[in-house]
Amino acid sequence: MKRIYLDYAATTPTHPEVVKAMLPYFTDAFGNPSSLYSYGQESKGAIEKARVEVAKLIGARDEEIVFTSGGTGADNFAIKGVAFANENKGNHLITSSIEHYAVIEASKFLGKKGFKVTYLPVDEYGLVDPGDVKKAITNKTILISVMHANNEMGTIEPIAEIGKIASEEGIPFHVDAVQTVGHIPVDVNGLEVNLLSMSGHKLYGPKGVGALYIRKGTKLVPFMHGGDQERSRRAGTENVPGIVGFGKAAEIAQQEVDKEAEHLSYLRDKFIKGILRQIDHAHLNGHPSRRLPNNVNVSVDFVEGESMLLNLDLEGICTSTGSACSSSSLEPSHVLLAMGFSHEKAHGSLRLTLGKWTTDQEIERVLEVLPKIVANLRSMSPLLKSNI
Amino acid sequence: MGDMDSLYSKKVMEHFKNPRNVGEIENPDGIGHVGNPVCGDIMELYIKVNNGTIVDAKFKTFGCGAAIATSSMVTEMVKGKSVEEALEISNRAVAEALGGLPPIKMHCSVLAEEALKSAIDDYLNKSKGR
Ligand code: FES
Repeated sequence: MKRIYLDYAATTPTHPEVVKAMLPYFTDAFGNPSSLYSYGQESKGAIEKARVEVAKLIGARDEEIVFTSGGTGADNFAIKGVAFANENKGNHLITSSIEHYAVIEASKFLGKKGFKVTYLPVDEYGLVDPGDVKKAITNKTILISVMHANNEMGTIEPIAEIGKIASEEGIPFHVDAVQTVGHIPVDVNGLEVNLLSMSGHKLYGPKGVGALYIRKGTKLVPFMHGGDQERSRRAGTENVPGIVGFGKAAEIAQQEVDKEAEHLSYLRDKFIKGILRQIDHAHLNGHPSRRLPNNVNVSVDFVEGESMLLNLDLEGICTSTGSACSSSSLEPSHVLLAMGFSHEKAHGSLRLTLGKWTTDQEIERVLEVLPKIVANLRSMSPLLKSNI
Repeated sequence: MGDMDSLYSKKVMEHFKNPRNVGEIENPDGIGHVGNPVCGDIMELYIKVNNGTIVDAKFKTFGCGAAIATSSMVTEMVKGKSVEEALEISNRAVAEALGGLPPIKMHCSVLAEEALKSAIDDYLNKSKGR
């Protein structure tokens, strides 16, 4: 059975060109970038080249890029780094209630350490209201952190508006852009952000590498203490092959992002229309237009997400769900709850995320299989008779 | 695919793919309707009893793979058993019959046990009234 991968938001396959670029740095060019002989300097050069590519992708200067272990590493660095560097100025942080766990949990940790955190609500589409950000600001606010696009719903947040507010108030603004960099144009100056998190494996790069953009002049404490790698901001011998791969992925993204976004938007809209046409009592979750080009998220009434996901998996189709049954906490996704979903509606949610190699045929195949799966599950659902 | 590649045992997946006894029984002798307080899932179990023996059982379930498989398994297990014997069936027994469940999914088998108990209670209450 041919597998149909529709979980690109979870991770992407590594681009063959990226793998090719990485390979020499495992074997021939394995030197430690901190070593002074040519082997080491070769590795160092490769890192700097990657830094230029990553910087270009988001309109930054290369010295503003610090490589990390991934998106989670970048988020933790930004949030704790800024909080601890500004303790003498204030103790208040503003974030949203739909952030990735890396931001939510880092904020909760700071909450336990004496910081005050405001978790802003979102509307039914998952949008943060910039007016709420403004209202939440106090003279103790030292950081605002709002994600660029939500990983579950694909809703794109009004980052430029929030950035404007933050810069007027002189408060550092962090954006978790793990879902957007490489998928839609991202420009740190247009968005007026001070810090921006990225992850390699969400844009066809390898896992285990990411980066934090740190605008020049932003104060934050180092994330790792040790050697003077990454200008002493993140000590530890660099993941050279990973960084090279991330750089290559960033280089490819610069060339392909517009074309890919256009193509995926077309596929996405066709997919959404198809699902809503072929399955009654199905609803689109998230914003209809302010949405990542690759994100389809629907709720199907009267069926539970994990059982949909398992049935799709039996057909070789990989997807994800925000159902309580599929999470280790047995709670529905915090994003769905924040958007005001009932437990039932959260239960029937299904996320399908497309990517570079998704084809029309694959989508047609899902449109053929999914309605049958839903009909079958509904035939055993006790919720149905009282509701239809 | 090896066993390590899947969340559930072969037996669970087999019952999930082809659940036995899905549906409702017309004029059942007992109905159990339970909701799962943990994740909010729902199961209905119908039984037909003849001379103290459960002769038929059917279910409807809104829930995860484990919930569907345990529903299917419990309806298989009760058929042909006396009401007293059926009351002895524990959630562990259902999970074992399925080749085990991941620890986080054990509560789904509790749902199956409770649905069965509730259907039998309903039957006993009704027969008292007769
Ligand atoms: S029924 Fe929700 S986890 Fe099994």
